[in-house]
Amino acid sequence: MSAPNSQYDPVEVTPLHPDELARMRDDAVAAIRAAADLTRLKQIKVEHTGDRSPLALANREIGALPPQARKDAGQRIGAVRKEVTHAIQARQEELEAERDARVLLEETVDVTLPWDRTPPGARHPLSTIQERVGDVFVSMGWEIAEGPEAEAEWLNFDALNIGPDHPARTMQDTFFVESEQSGVVLRTHTSPVQARTMLSRTPPIYVVCPGRTFRTDELDATHTPVFSQVEGLAVDEGITMAHLKGTLDHFASSMFGEGITTRLRPSYFPFTEPSAEMDLQCFVCRGASVGNPDRPCRTCSSEGWIEWGGCGMVNPRVLIACGIDPDRYTGFAFGMGLERTLMFRHGIADMHDMVEGDIRFTTAFGMEI
Amino acid sequence: MRVPLSWLREYADLPPDVPARDVAARLIRAGLEVETVDEAGADVTGPLVLGRVLEYAEETHGNGKTIRWCAVDVGPEHNADRGAEGVASPSRGIVCGARNFEVGDLVVVCLPGAVLPGGFAISARKTYGHVSDGMICSERELGLGDDHAGIIVLDPDAGSPGDDAAAVLHLRDDVLDIAVTPDRGYCLSVRGVAREAATAYGVAFRDPGELALPEPGPGDYPVVVDDAERCPAFATRTVTGFDPAAPSPRWLRRRVQLAGMRPISLAVDVTNYVMMELGQPIHGYDRDLLRGTIVVRRAEAGEKLTTLDDFVRTLETDDLLITDDSGPIGLAGVMGGSTTELSAATTSVVVEAANFETTGVARTARRHKLPSEASRRFERGVDPALPVAAATRVAQLLVELGGGAIEPGVTLVGGLPTHPAVDIDADLPSRVVGVDYPADEVVGSLRAVGCTVDTPAPDRLLVTPPSWRPDLTDPYDFVEEVARLRGYDAVPSVLPVAPPGRGVTVEQRVRRRVERAVAAAGYVEAPSYPFMGTAELDALGLPDDDARRRASRLANPISDEQPLLRTTLLPGLLATLRRNAGRGSVDAAVYESGLVFRPEPGEPVVPPRLPVDRRPTKDEFERLEAALPKQPRRLAVALSGARERPGWWGPGRAASWADAIDAARIVTDAAGVSLRVERDEHAPWHPGRCAALYVGETLIGHAGELHPRVVQALGLPERTSAMELELDRLGVRDEPVVAPAVSTFPVATQDVALVVDDAVPAADVETALRDGAGPLLESVRLFDVYSGAQVGEGHKSLAYALRFRASDRTLTVEETTAARDAAVAAAGERTGATLRA
Repeated sequence: MSAPNSQYDPVEVTPLHPDELARMRDDAVAAIRAAADLTRLKQIKVEHTGDRSPLALANREIGALPPQARKDAGQRIGAVRKEVTHAIQARQEELEAERDARVLLEETVDVTLPWDRTPPGARHPLSTIQERVGDVFVSMGWEIAEGPEAEAEWLNFDALNIGPDHPARTMQDTFFVESEQSGVVLRTHTSPVQARTMLSRTPPIYVVCPGRTFRTDELDATHTPVFSQVEGLAVDEGITMAHLKGTLDHFASSMFGEGITTRLRPSYFPFTEPSAEMDLQCFVCRGASVGNPDRPCRTCSSEGWIEWGGCGMVNPRVLIACGIDPDRYTGFAFGMGLERTLMFRHGIADMHDMVEGDIRFTTAFGMEI
Repeated sequence: MRVPLSWLREYADLPPDVPARDVAARLIRAGLEVETVDEAGADVTGPLVLGRVLEYAEETHGNGKTIRWCAVDVGPEHNADRGAEGVASPSRGIVCGARNFEVGDLVVVCLPGAVLPGGFAISARKTYGHVSDGMICSERELGLGDDHAGIIVLDPDAGSPGDDAAAVLHLRDDVLDIAVTPDRGYCLSVRGVAREAATAYGVAFRDPGELALPEPGPGDYPVVVDDAERCPAFATRTVTGFDPAAPSPRWLRRRVQLAGMRPISLAVDVTNYVMMELGQPIHGYDRDLLRGTIVVRRAEAGEKLTTLDDFVRTLETDDLLITDDSGPIGLAGVMGGSTTELSAATTSVVVEAANFETTGVARTARRHKLPSEASRRFERGVDPALPVAAATRVAQLLVELGGGAIEPGVTLVGGLPTHPAVDIDADLPSRVVGVDYPADEVVGSLRAVGCTVDTPAPDRLLVTPPSWRPDLTDPYDFVEEVARLRGYDAVPSVLPVAPPGRGVTVEQRVRRRVERAVAAAGYVEAPSYPFMGTAELDALGLPDDDARRRASRLANPISDEQPLLRTTLLPGLLATLRRNAGRGSVDAAVYESGLVFRPEPGEPVVPPRLPVDRRPTKDEFERLEAALPKQPRRLAVALSGARERPGWWGPGRAASWADAIDAARIVTDAAGVSLRVERDEHAPWHPGRCAALYVGETLIGHAGELHPRVVQALGLPERTSAMELELDRLGVRDEPVVAPAVSTFPVATQDVALVVDDAVPAADVETALRDGAGPLLESVRLFDVYSGAQVGEGHKSLAYALRFRASDRTLTVEETTAARDAAVAAAGERTGATLRA
């Protein structure tokens, strides 16, 4: 390398000549722009900006210039180097974008491929409807009461004003455990849970009792010996049949849609007096199919109403057997079959589907109904 | 109860133009369950007229059938312009296959254009070489009965040719079919329904039970009642000189038929008619076959009676009998005997109208499986005031229609029970129903249903129910009468405000969480019947002394193969799995949550028969409870086939013992308790692949792969696995979770591979590592199990990742190494584990 020489004319130092620098810059930019890929760009970067590049070598010549010329030359060469670096950066970004686009394209998958690696589980509609019914009442401050399925005959019948000679108390209707004299039956309704509740606590009582019940029917399209009910019981001061109606209307609209109501018809049950059959307004046609043959309704057979359950005011005899003062308290009770409710709510045509445990049936109901 | 509307109108002045549907709706509103309205005869349309047979020619055809080619005068309006072929008089030519008529007989003809039941359209058609221009009808063709032996031949004076035959035949009527509830026995009669209909429409009611009756005097037939409790009243009337050949008039047969019974003979039809009309069952005896005094008494054990249906009944002492000197002649209130049956030769009839106690009749009818029209009525209670009137009505009809005379006397043993008046507050209906019923409305309604009402004070009523309403005994019974007469639609809808409740109990919350978690893990819920049989327990390979064999037995199971109440959920669940496999769902995972029945050892305890007029004492209630089998709630899963299916992602994974144990872990995780697993041998599981499941020290159940013999015996898919545990044993964790301190210092990880004997459970090694590692240990995870040549026969290598972390500092290498070494040392000490070379 030459020593500083005050006599030295920068113009004479060839690599620092503006024309020469412009040429170097043009060479570099052309090469950079022509770089086909990132690897080539990296080589070009070394060739044109590395320690052995013409620009680097030219830079070293600055020292050979007289001091007054150095600044000018330095600025010139700095500008060129900056331009080259920018060109590299720009090209680098271009090439990286190209590469990314290419690689991500290569990694593309078919997102429509099926994923059924683990078959889904499901809850039985009889379970989910029990929970749902429970939730409706719990939200009103009621509680969910439960009891045994093999039950004392006294609780299943006597305490509910079903006398010893009542037709239901025979082997034609009721499953007897061990013998007809054993005093133990499979509960024929969830009402013994009501009796248990009244025996175990004092009013006010507001409970619903969902659960399995048993009668000696053969399984066919509409009957099953093992079925499910939900019953409700309210015992408090001043409870009237109007409260029963209000509760049923609220229940109906919670389960079947806003505005759906119920209708009461006089009937007979030993454990309620007055007693009523309860009809649900058809939640499909809302009565529009009645007398309208052009718009028949399969759900209610164009009746406008669907038989849903039984209800009434708790018979004072039941209150007495359960130790509740009938002069102070009144109560109402209602009950309905859950299989039947599911059948009309979901269009289930055959009881067999409900009891056979075919996973194809149950899976359709998922985790909620 | 089937009530023809025409009959109803005889006693209730219903507006003439109200349709049957409207009557049905009003009765439903009043509490009668009208199930259907049958439009009887409405399926016969078009011209149906009377015709007179003018002449006929009998022709035998090639098929061996003889027909009559008839000329029938069907009236000027319908006769053909010219007569039938070769007949001068105006008529129609009709081919008839029957031969039970003569020239001059009046018959029923349906003309072309008519349609008969079943959509059978009548047209002029060519048959047997003639154009038959209509059809001469039999009863069956018109839906009037089963008789198809011949065509209908009417009385000569029934009408003239061309008259509308439907009216003559009483073809058209609307019939209300009513399901009568047990409290409304009086509605098993036209009388009772007419009373309700008249009240519902506010019109006059005529009581067919109110007859002019003879003064009580000497009896017509000797009767002794031995059991007055079971037979409060017994009345007879006698008809003599009756013509047994007299036919039932057409109106009577049609009424009996529409009411749902079969017309038989005049005498039988009349007794049935009066039963339908008044609700009083009637029995007729051929007096010439009666032997001496009629005695009403209990049967002797083993006594026999042949009932009208020709069955020989062996009697019990609880059966009440009608007897004469020859022995039993009837099962009281249920069915008569064959020896005194009315027959085609009967000319003297003793008509019995009695009142029998409800529950006794119910027991006898059930015991002999003999529900009859009579027993249905007695079971619900028959008006005890009726016997004399009913017997008289029968006698009158018999004489009117079949001749003869009514013997002067009336026998009546017993009489009318007195009903005590019931004292009720006048505002009780308003208080119970929540509708304001003024006192005069209450009184009016109670009188409308037949009660006698006195008002000793303005707010008090003394109510005596009518004889036909034995159901009205309690104050609330009268409330219902008041409420139903106003109509239940008057009851407003008021939502009661319950006091704040406790919400869902912690046990209920746990069960919901558990069941949702199991379903979310891919199990499908499959509740099964809680019945099982010994064969299923045998198939499960349960030892003879297994507690699950101690089961409650049903006295009357649906199937003799499954008389036991389940002690385990597995039989039902495995049957479900097999059913699914049989239907092509081999990859199936199912679960059930339900009660099992576990009786205590020893003789079953019979619970006390408690009274119902008071609350049982604590001791009484406990004895009641003690008689019940224990009924804990269990949850079981069963799975077969692929737990994970093969697919584009790679191979599948077969369901295995590990999934079954994992199901238990899903349960305990959801419940918030820790599961501990130990190896066990327990039927029905594979002895080498069975886990006992513990929470703390409590055994909660078992899980694993089923024993191959069980799989084979039950026809299950290979390698079926199952888990069953008792949810009630999980314990309920109801205290708040204590939050962990989360350290932000770096984790230090150390992997160790330990070689142990094959028989050493991994759970033991892990416990030892945890105990040995000390408080710096954050977690232990087994990430590999290896067995093979490198670790030697009978050994396995367990590779664990240990993570260490302190809450207050970054751990040094020395600290973590020391903790790891301590862990390994503990494992070595307790399980013989050595670090893998």
